[in-house]
Amino acid sequence: MTVSRNDMINQLRQDILLMEGYKPPAASAKPVELGPMGSAFPHGIFPVGTLHEFLTDGPENGAASSGFIAGLVAALMASGGVAVWIRSPGSSGRVFPPALKYFGLDPGQVIFFDLKTEREALWAMEEALTCEGLAAVVAEIREVNFTASRRLQLAVEQSRVTGFLLRQNPRNKHTIACAARWKVSVMASEPELLMPGLGFPRWHIELERVRNGHPGSWQMEWLAGRFHPVVQEVRGSALEHPRKTG
Amino acid sequence: MTDYFAIRRPALRNSPFVLAVPDHGRMRVTMASQRAQALGVHNGMVVADARVLVPSIEVLDDKPEWAARLLRALALWCARYTPVAAIDEPDSLVLDVTGCTHLWGDEQTYLNEIVTRLTTSGYHVQGAMADTIGAAWAIARYGRHTPIIETGHQKSAILSLPPAALRLQPVILERLLKLGLHQIGQFIDMPSGALRRRFGNEMLLRINQAVGTIDEPILPVEPLEPYHERLPCLDPICTAGGIEIALTRLLDALCMRLRNEGKGLRTAIFKCYRLDGKMEQMAIGTNRPSVNAKHLFKLFAEKIPGIEPDLGIELFILEASGVDALLPGQARIWSGSCTLEDSGLAELLDRVANKVGKDAIRRYLPAEHYWPERSVTVAASLADKPATAWPDDRPRPIHILARPEPIEVTAPIPDYPPMLFRYKGKLHKVKKADGPERIEHEWWLESSRHRDYYSVEDEDGARYWLFRSGHYEGKTSSKWFLHGFFS
Repeated sequence: MTVSRNDMINQLRQDILLMEGYKPPAASAKPVELGPMGSAFPHGIFPVGTLHEFLTDGPENGAASSGFIAGLVAALMASGGVAVWIRSPGSSGRVFPPALKYFGLDPGQVIFFDLKTEREALWAMEEALTCEGLAAVVAEIREVNFTASRRLQLAVEQSRVTGFLLRQNPRNKHTIACAARWKVSVMASEPELLMPGLGFPRWHIELERVRNGHPGSWQMEWLAGRFHPVVQEVRGSALEHPRKTG
Repeated sequence: MTDYFAIRRPALRNSPFVLAVPDHGRMRVTMASQRAQALGVHNGMVVADARVLVPSIEVLDDKPEWAARLLRALALWCARYTPVAAIDEPDSLVLDVTGCTHLWGDEQTYLNEIVTRLTTSGYHVQGAMADTIGAAWAIARYGRHTPIIETGHQKSAILSLPPAALRLQPVILERLLKLGLHQIGQFIDMPSGALRRRFGNEMLLRINQAVGTIDEPILPVEPLEPYHERLPCLDPICTAGGIEIALTRLLDALCMRLRNEGKGLRTAIFKCYRLDGKMEQMAIGTNRPSVNAKHLFKLFAEKIPGIEPDLGIELFILEASGVDALLPGQARIWSGSCTLEDSGLAELLDRVANKVGKDAIRRYLPAEHYWPERSVTVAASLADKPATAWPDDRPRPIHILARPEPIEVTAPIPDYPPMLFRYKGKLHKVKKADGPERIEHEWWLESSRHRDYYSVEDEDGARYWLFRSGHYEGKTSSKWFLHGFFS
């Protein structure tokens, strides 16, 4: 009896997720590899076709977030596609296209919009999100209110494009309509065994809010073109890869 | 021209006045008003003589280019009646009305409409319609009976007119007068050899132009776009909704035509002619040749609020000023990924470019330079392919500063990464560092000092891209800069 009740509750949960627009992953779609972080999300995979919000402060964390987003976008563009990257006066920094290559993103497949006001940037983001077939839209916009985020969310639901909002030091930190709120900050890297210099890029990632998921914090490393959880013991595999930073 | 002054200054309407320009130290009349002409003042007279005839005459300054400018404005205004309007200096307009008159009913109403509209706005005009420009010119000035000449009757219509109706030089007119030829009919049938011998080639040319045996070209004020659509309105339109309907209709018609001819639209101009003679226009451009009326409408729709209909708009014209061969549409094989050739993406870019300007959109391609500021170029179009692969053998920061910012550093020994550096007032202790990577400026492009780049990580784990400009030259003179942030 208890077993069937649990089954029923699970079934109902799945139904609710479906109603909220979380479709179970299609067999053909390749999910974004996030290692242990995946369990934080509904269905255990990184939600695509929704809006993600990243909060940052300072140029260092801004760069860290940009790098992390570049890694995510690269995973979304694994089977080809085009991404749009919108920059506004509220940007945390200027993305240097050659560095995107390090995160597996072909810089030629990214179209940058440089907009003069945040209003225009929001408009452009909404337009881009309605454009079906784009792999991802990244927008560096400081202030987004709830109404604006609702509009973006509605656009996303139609087109199933994944949107990333990168907000540098926003004044208004109220909840907006997003699947998740992230905070990515810098973390000291660990050079390979007995080697001088810098190690692979590492981030300290906080998931402050996840819809239908479990918030938490993780430490991730970018290694050999994908995200790996940071493990404190010495890795043997790392020595096989050329050392780079990005 | 004098009518224009009378319209602008109603007080002049009832008094004789002339326009004059200085000529050899005296004032010469260039244009006399209708009333002044009735009193015996004629163009070309010296102002002093005119004053003798009419002591109360008013003299206004004239500028040589005014008359031409007014005529041009009137020709542009006539675009509501026909797409081909030309100027005939010094005082007439030539309209090619082929295929236009039926829109107003018949030729008579069409001509009346133009003449009435001009007369009510204050101009003295005479109009005539004929198969040839020469005949129409003659009838408009000297004709007494009917302003509209039936097809093929232009010769008989001008028979009774004076020779001046043939647009001849004054010298020839005088010679004709001397010979007692007061009507065109008296000499038009003379053998052409005799006419040429006595009056020169011009005489024959003018006769043939009037009769129609020689074609006279029309040079329209506005060159005609091969792809354009017109929509005259019975009632003036002054609402945004009305403009949208007009625009949709024009776009549908134009796109249909372009599609049939395998062409796509690149740039278009939408012109609205207002009742008061002014014109409002807006232009759009697209990234790829397009015949998608819905998409083009969206591009225009952004700009519709900027149109001031004022009293109303009576004519809409849509011109495709740039067309290209239509590229074969790319069929999307599987959903979920689009390429740079996708039409949906091109339409998105059009919308953005249309709203905020073309410069806002950038796509980068690698350039074969190591100097960071030169290592990327902006792609000219979506079709551009990178000439070389993106280099990824060297660390490059994800965020770069547009201009390197100076920092204060403490370096232990020359050619070593710094131990400490101060950026924007904050002290950073360097824990780990990589480098140097020396990047030289290409001397054939620009000469400046080389840079030694270091990637460093401070005690928080934040990573920076620093460089020293030039060689180490002792503690005081070496300059350090911060150029980027690694992720």
